[in-house]
Amino acid sequence: MTRTTLLKVEGLSKSYPGVRANDDVSFRIAEGQIHALLGENGAGKSTLVKMIYGLVRPDAGRMELRGQSFAPGQPSEARKSGVAMVFQHFSLFDALDVAENVALGMENPPPPRDLARRIRTVSEEYGLPLDPSRLVGELSAGERQRVEIVRCLLQDPKLLIMDEPTSVLTPQEVDILFRTLRKLAAEGTAILYISHKLEEIRALCDEATILRDGKKIATCDPRERTAREMAELMVGELLTPPERPARPRGDVVLAVEKLSLKSANPFGTSLKEISFQLHAGEVLGIAGVAGNGQDELLLMLSGELRAPRNQVRLRGQPVGHLGPTGRRGLGVVAAPEERLGHAAAPDMSLTENALLSAARRKGLEQGGFIDWARTEAFARQIIARFDVRTPGPHVLARALSGGNLQKFVIGREIELDPDVIVVNQPTWGVDASAAATIRQALLDLAGKGAGVLVISQDLDELLEVADSFAALNEGRLTRVRSARGLTVEEIGLMMGGSGDMQVAHEAAE
Amino acid sequence: MIFGSINPAVLMAALMVAATPILLAAIGELVVEKSGVLNLGVEGMMIMGACMGFIIAVNPGSPLIGFAGAAAGGMVLAALFALLTQALMTNQVASGLALTLFGLGLTALLGQQYVGITPPRTPRLDLGPLSEIPFLGRAFFRHDIVVYLTVALVGAVWWFLKFTRAGMIMRAVGENHEAAHALGYHVKRVRLFAILFGGACAGLGGAYLSLIRVAGWTEGMTVGAGWIALALVVFASWRPWRAMAGAYLFGGVVVLQLNLQAAGVRIPVEYLSMSPYLITILVLVLISSGRARASLNAPGSLNKPFHASS
Repeated sequence: MTRTTLLKVEGLSKSYPGVRANDDVSFRIAEGQIHALLGENGAGKSTLVKMIYGLVRPDAGRMELRGQSFAPGQPSEARKSGVAMVFQHFSLFDALDVAENVALGMENPPPPRDLARRIRTVSEEYGLPLDPSRLVGELSAGERQRVEIVRCLLQDPKLLIMDEPTSVLTPQEVDILFRTLRKLAAEGTAILYISHKLEEIRALCDEATILRDGKKIATCDPRERTAREMAELMVGELLTPPERPARPRGDVVLAVEKLSLKSANPFGTSLKEISFQLHAGEVLGIAGVAGNGQDELLLMLSGELRAPRNQVRLRGQPVGHLGPTGRRGLGVVAAPEERLGHAAAPDMSLTENALLSAARRKGLEQGGFIDWARTEAFARQIIARFDVRTPGPHVLARALSGGNLQKFVIGREIELDPDVIVVNQPTWGVDASAAATIRQALLDLAGKGAGVLVISQDLDELLEVADSFAALNEGRLTRVRSARGLTVEEIGLMMGGSGDMQVAHEAAE
Repeated sequence: MIFGSINPAVLMAALMVAATPILLAAIGELVVEKSGVLNLGVEGMMIMGACMGFIIAVNPGSPLIGFAGAAAGGMVLAALFALLTQALMTNQVASGLALTLFGLGLTALLGQQYVGITPPRTPRLDLGPLSEIPFLGRAFFRHDIVVYLTVALVGAVWWFLKFTRAGMIMRAVGENHEAAHALGYHVKRVRLFAILFGGACAGLGGAYLSLIRVAGWTEGMTVGAGWIALALVVFASWRPWRAMAGAYLFGGVVVLQLNLQAAGVRIPVEYLSMSPYLITILVLVLISSGRARASLNAPGSLNKPFHASS
């Protein structure tokens, strides 16, 4: 491609105490190009874009924007030069309305009335309808992202940086986003797209720069590489798909019978007549589009939502009435989707978080006193086995990157040697090698005779680990069938109704 | 009829005077909290203002210079608080409490020679024919200038927060400091200005007590006015006009119970004395109860330390 270069990055380096976040990174982005920045958690992607956006100053190296030296000292300078950024954790203000949120991200916002009109025009033009007077706190994740994108678009950016934009979106919202991005690129805006979802990058991007340990490893055309090849470049080693030894199916460990349960969340999906059996040594995969009862299913199985006594049985014993502690004691553990705030307490250390769920099964507490030495040893064990990258177990949970914390919270449950483990989105936002570690650990656990229930929206993941398969649709669970020989098309049919929903969704747009 | 001896116009006039010091302190603290900082040192900054205002007003003999000195005194303590919490990252609650204790102690020392002195009189603002209107004139138009400036200040703060870009940035910093930082706003700088403004307001409120309302200096003379101001901000859901209504309600009950005491009502004095606090809190709780957090308007980053991690 012979388009003019928009941004040239040469030899950028940045060190933090103890970490070399970026080491001599160079690449170019052409106008109208969708350029992917790929790398594992902690590979230095975020630091790199923060330097381009003026939030961090590089230690060495230089940048050129349209042939002119570019060294933004703060974000406002970057914005003036035409660089805009959509953040991974949205930089939005819940108590302010859409128009105010947009105005805060602009250098010279027009008067409120003009701004509201421009928000409407631009948002409709790009298929991202927004009401400027609504409070951001009331919006869904997809709508919040629209606010961020519209905020950027109003400034007519030359370069739009997007930091893992799809991690919070439903598949339908991802489609809409991609359409918007392609339209922008066609109009000449360059897009720097950070992600580690390889299939997405192959579908969307023209070029990819791959980072590993802060260094640039390769630049390639993602359409000419397989996802596997790119994953191996990211990780720097050959990836072995999880091994799944054939194993005999054991007795039924967990049985749920005709269970209907109302969701505790007014916007949630109630469970309707759920029935299934989970055998020892079996991995049961549950697919479904987000919001079809996955959260409720996990809460019901973990014991956070109580069920009628006899409708949930563990090895024939009724456990429906027990709460999470009671069920943990009997060997049912769960790892919810939301890691910060649900699976882990953000402001507590990893040691304390290890204690929270393991106290009883690991005997870390005796007569009301905590055995800190053993608790810390347990936390270290999780960190070592699941390759959690952290200075030590004293670090606060919130200080870990999403993928690392995910490894920790899943590892914590796996280390409890449960009879039944329920996980929701176990590898959400986790890089390829860590995902492989987690999946392998789940399979190993099944190999030892535990029942494993994996709820996921990632069909490839389910096909990789599951022995049997079911789908959730509007709170109903399909019949469980064997995963062997199941095709993606058949799964689509099982997920039922979701095809219709897509059409309805598009009609509504 | 026990109310017979109480003149409503006089009551109204006294109410505005009684409410002004609390309202000044509350509007300052409201801005501080809107920027995401909880400064529990309002009482300390008020008493500092009361003392400094008194000393400075007595020496050259001008109440206006006294008020300026009071604002400066409050700001000095506020600057100390800002240094501790914004630069040295200390805990806001502990620093605020320390500030109150420090202010009370320091002013007891500074003001020792000033007990029993009468300050120069602050003239009442001459509003000409307005003050001659029956009832209204007596109730509303025979005050000193500070009463009116305070009302104007409430309006200005409301306008600032609602309509100006700087006000919007301040709300944004208080709502989500990490997002504000990511957008390139200077969280600490915004908070520093807010804290200093809060200190100046608290200082003015204190000086109003020592120079006008009480017209004298005694140790610990703020007797909890700073705490009432703090409570007002929360119960008024961080809304300026509602804070003013709360302050006037409080002032009204204070004046009323004093009148009732003077009229010799047969309710124990202790109950009457506690009534302003009880009634104000009760009314404001009723106003703000039963609403979602968003409509409660609490700043999302209130009392959370901000540490720029880049």
